[in-house]
Amino acid sequence: MTTVIDLRPAGSAPEPDEAPRSIRKSLSTSDRVFRWGTTAIGAMVLVIIGAVGSFLGYQLVPTLRDYGLRFFTENQWNPELNILGISAVLIGTVEVALIAIVISFPLALLTALYISEYTPPWARAFLVSMIDLMAAIPSIVYAMWGLFLIEPHALYLGRWINEYFGWFPLFHVQGGDARGALFNLEAFDSSPFIAGMVVSMMVIPLACAVMLGVFRQAPISEREGAYALGSTRWGMIRAVVLPFGRGGIVGGTMLALGRALGETIVVLLILSLNTDIKFRPLEIGGITTASLIANYFGEATSGQLDALLAAGFVLFAMTIVVNTIAAVIVARSRSGAQTEI
Amino acid sequence: MTAFTSAGAPDLQSAGPGGTGGDSPDRPRAISATSSDYWLTFGGSLIGSLALVWLLYERILPFSGTIGFYACWYVAYLVVFATATAVVHNRLIVVDRLATAIVTGAAGLVGLALASTVGYTIFRGWAAVHHLNFFTQPESAASPLTAPLTQGGILNAIVGSSIELGIATLVSLPLGIGTAIYMVEVGGRFSRVVRTVVEAMTALPDILAGLFIYTFLILALGFQRSGFAAAMALSVMMLPVIARTADVQLRVVPSGLREASLALGATQWRTVWRVVIPTQLSGLATAVILGMARAVGETAPVLIASGFSTYTAVNPFVNPMNSLPLAIFTAVRSGVPLFITRGFGTGVVLLAYVLILFSAARLLARSKVARR
Repeated sequence: MTTVIDLRPAGSAPEPDEAPRSIRKSLSTSDRVFRWGTTAIGAMVLVIIGAVGSFLGYQLVPTLRDYGLRFFTENQWNPELNILGISAVLIGTVEVALIAIVISFPLALLTALYISEYTPPWARAFLVSMIDLMAAIPSIVYAMWGLFLIEPHALYLGRWINEYFGWFPLFHVQGGDARGALFNLEAFDSSPFIAGMVVSMMVIPLACAVMLGVFRQAPISEREGAYALGSTRWGMIRAVVLPFGRGGIVGGTMLALGRALGETIVVLLILSLNTDIKFRPLEIGGITTASLIANYFGEATSGQLDALLAAGFVLFAMTIVVNTIAAVIVARSRSGAQTEI
Repeated sequence: MTAFTSAGAPDLQSAGPGGTGGDSPDRPRAISATSSDYWLTFGGSLIGSLALVWLLYERILPFSGTIGFYACWYVAYLVVFATATAVVHNRLIVVDRLATAIVTGAAGLVGLALASTVGYTIFRGWAAVHHLNFFTQPESAASPLTAPLTQGGILNAIVGSSIELGIATLVSLPLGIGTAIYMVEVGGRFSRVVRTVVEAMTALPDILAGLFIYTFLILALGFQRSGFAAAMALSVMMLPVIARTADVQLRVVPSGLREASLALGATQWRTVWRVVIPTQLSGLATAVILGMARAVGETAPVLIASGFSTYTAVNPFVNPMNSLPLAIFTAVRSGVPLFITRGFGTGVVLLAYVLILFSAARLLARSKVARR
């Protein structure tokens, strides 16, 4: 061993505590307060928002006791006769959400591709913030836009589809015979199709933002590899960007579906209330869980309020399942939880 | 590079109808199709398809309607453009150009929808907004629904929205940010439970937040339908949004910074307070502002928890308190044309409110980028 050079001032004797400093595992007081404080906040938030979920879920018990399993199979919601059921409501909810997804999926995907692959770099930040802005516009503004600007035109689109594809059961409209002597436009008014169309506007930015995030992560080396092999831009997109972004495409669409299931105001303003079970989205009338609650909470007796809460819980369960699947898919398609220096 | 592409472009054009030229190995393919050939094909197809569709749609076939005309024009344009490209180029380039046209068209449609949403609201609302009394008088000043636009305004809704948003922010800001700090900095098994629940609660449909407050706070605990109840419903909506966004923001703080601070002997509390939070302060502010922008436009919770009123209410604990989304909802439901115009005017104010919050978030985020 060589001698250790003593850097201490000459003359100072070796300190008595030459032993290595103990690495204490116990926390200081401020840290203990910090840890307990934040844990308490976390627990509080867990209790608050957990209470909302369990409170809604708990209402299933009295509802099933009062109305039995018919609650899920009955289609009427008739507070005067106290016949309550949510089969038409659930079907209507899914119907409007699926229409919204069918319309929004191609638009969101192509818009994300455009911003990610076709936009010159100087315009990209602007377009991304436009998508964010679109997500921030309140639903009531979209509802007004849909009610006063879109609906008068969408009527004719519905009529056109009915006229040429009305032989297909899904596009049939009762009382909407386009070739009849008197043309009955009102049969196409306030339909799930129009409501879904406006809801699709609200979910496009949501899906688009997720897809965009994944597309931008497609590795540059593989993009350039595709170009180097003689690919066109579209060929590169098909070979690199789309396969890489598959998780984001599916996840973003599911996230949009979760949002579309719970949309209230647009549906409440556009769809006219009707609890028949029908699979004719171009026809007037329909109902969703959210519009059911908004329509009936005011006059509900306490038993009926339980039933409304139970219906709300079923909706909540659907959105949670859809969103959780979406979150898992999106998370799997990303990498790196923490950034390192 | 320029010489390279300019040498390649004429070759592609001269390849002839067979179009095998693009496949030969020694010729680079033009990636960006901005040659004069492209623009001429583009413009020619646009004009040609317009003429064709006008002739067929307006003169020969039994169709009518503006939207149908533009839809047919677009489809005809795609067909003509593809055909014209196929005369000169091979299949790969035809597909590429067709894909470009479709992608651009779809993005344009979405942009048009966004522009029309904002533009139409301003267009219809301008008649109400350009009177100063719209901002200085409450709705009760326009007593019959048919009162002219020079009477009455939405002062009560602006005040109500601001009070509700203020209370909701006061409640959900410390809870949301605190939860995010707990999830990222403290961690542990319990934090995973919290994170799962917070993420699940972002899926809560807005109307259920209102219904929960209505049943729990109003029916069970005996509160009035008031601005306070509405603010509670809004904070149930905001809390998961803020917690989740702040969680993402804190997670991207480089762990090297934390370790450096700890290695200097700082306690964990000091590290969070002096290093982690200052590093991501603008990100946290963005999280809060985005939560606020989301909450101010929520209609369903305030519809259930507060209810409509035309008078200016300042005390949030008694009497219903009106808010901007609720004022729009009532106006649209009324069916009276003048009142609907007021609704659009309120929509303009609400859009401005959201836009201001949104731009503030953007500026904060940008100042972070500029500093680095």
